[in-house]
Amino acid sequence: MNGIHDMGGMQDMGAIEHEKNEPVFHAAWESRVFAMFLAAGAWRKWNLDAFRHTREVLPPADYLQLSYYEQWFSGLRDLLVRRGLVTAAEMESGKPAPGTAKATPPLTADKIPATLPNRLHAQRDVPVRPRFQPGQQVRARNINPVGHTRLPRYARGKSGTIHRDHGVFVFPDTNAHFLGENPQHVYSVCFTARELWGAQSAEKDCVYVDMWDDYLDPA
Amino acid sequence: MTTTRRDFLTAAAATAGAAMTPDLAHGHEHDHPHEHDHEHQVVPSDPALRVKALESLLVEKGLVDRAALDALVDTYENKIGPRNGARVVARAWADPAYKARLLADANDAMADFGFVSRQGDRMVVVENTPAVHNLIVCTLCSCYPWPVLGLPPVWYKSAPYRSRSVIDPRGVLREFGVELADNVEVRVWDSTAELRYMVLPERPAGTERLSEEQLAALVTRDSMVGVAKVAATSEGQR
Repeated sequence: MNGIHDMGGMQDMGAIEHEKNEPVFHAAWESRVFAMFLAAGAWRKWNLDAFRHTREVLPPADYLQLSYYEQWFSGLRDLLVRRGLVTAAEMESGKPAPGTAKATPPLTADKIPATLPNRLHAQRDVPVRPRFQPGQQVRARNINPVGHTRLPRYARGKSGTIHRDHGVFVFPDTNAHFLGENPQHVYSVCFTARELWGAQSAEKDCVYVDMWDDYLDPA
Repeated sequence: MTTTRRDFLTAAAATAGAAMTPDLAHGHEHDHPHEHDHEHQVVPSDPALRVKALESLLVEKGLVDRAALDALVDTYENKIGPRNGARVVARAWADPAYKARLLADANDAMADFGFVSRQGDRMVVVENTPAVHNLIVCTLCSCYPWPVLGLPPVWYKSAPYRSRSVIDPRGVLREFGVELADNVEVRVWDSTAELRYMVLPERPAGTERLSEEQLAALVTRDSMVGVAKVAATSEGQR
């Protein structure tokens, strides 16, 4: 969707505010939201693409106003209810529905070290033929889906060069909506800054964007 | 700068009580229109209370284990952070064979330290040289190489950085105090997929006699995102 989250190339968003000696979390509740999201994610009732989409559908004014972990909290609550781990009534009351059996959490502290290296869990070891080869000229498709996509607006319709084939990954545009993993090759695609932004950019500068097969056409 | 950010957070927290009512939290795909009528409902406006309430519910339902939550927080507050990445960088500076492996297959090289697994989430390392400067961003959300840098700082997730890094990387770098010559090629890496990027910064001159451990102490988080260079002394680093 063409949402506020897709902000590459926007201007006048203000100065970058670099905080010295920044803590990992700015409040204890942020750390709890963070941990709850990872621990509840171990139920595998959703995926990272679906989670990202919960933030993208926030109204633009809220997206800009809410802090990062407020966005996470909102998305976590959304997924818990939508994916059936918590009922809307339980979310309202803060109490488990009477008579429901207590579940066994899939993630316990001892399993954390083994879990984290595969947190993203997006690469698939399945034979899929790549549509493109390194060095090939490609053009990013001009698509404007109303659902989730990882094709940024600034790259659509632009031409670039396949820099590298990263292998086969789940396709966010379907995966975010639980419509299947649709695994396909992801490439690093090199776009010259001038192709993207015109003559104002330095001649040699470039932007590398990771793109799925379904985002690309031969140039 | 900190004051401004704090003011923003305070303002955001004040509106969060209203903004984070369940109708918003349920998103647009939820089909219970009656739940959108929350105007007269009393909900705690303090995020801390609301988060605590959710944690109690999830623990009571057996959906999450409280000790696991504590361990996750401890992991990212105390165990996984930029010191991991700094050790990788220092070894690459000290050992050309390791550097070659790191650039060819970052997972394989980082797995030596146990920071990632060889079969796990894919990491990519890009090298800064006198002719090339790399910058990492995620314009669409906040993708960041957690295993080697920990969780991203607020500025990395902020609208100003995400929006401008791709269209004006040299301006962004100037804001961070890095001035690049015109003949340096700037490569911006937008983390749009599940590849996680880290910059291998240039080794500063005058560090030839330093041990790997001493080198690691010089390497900053910002240099591994590409918004800073590494100085030969650790003074004033960030």
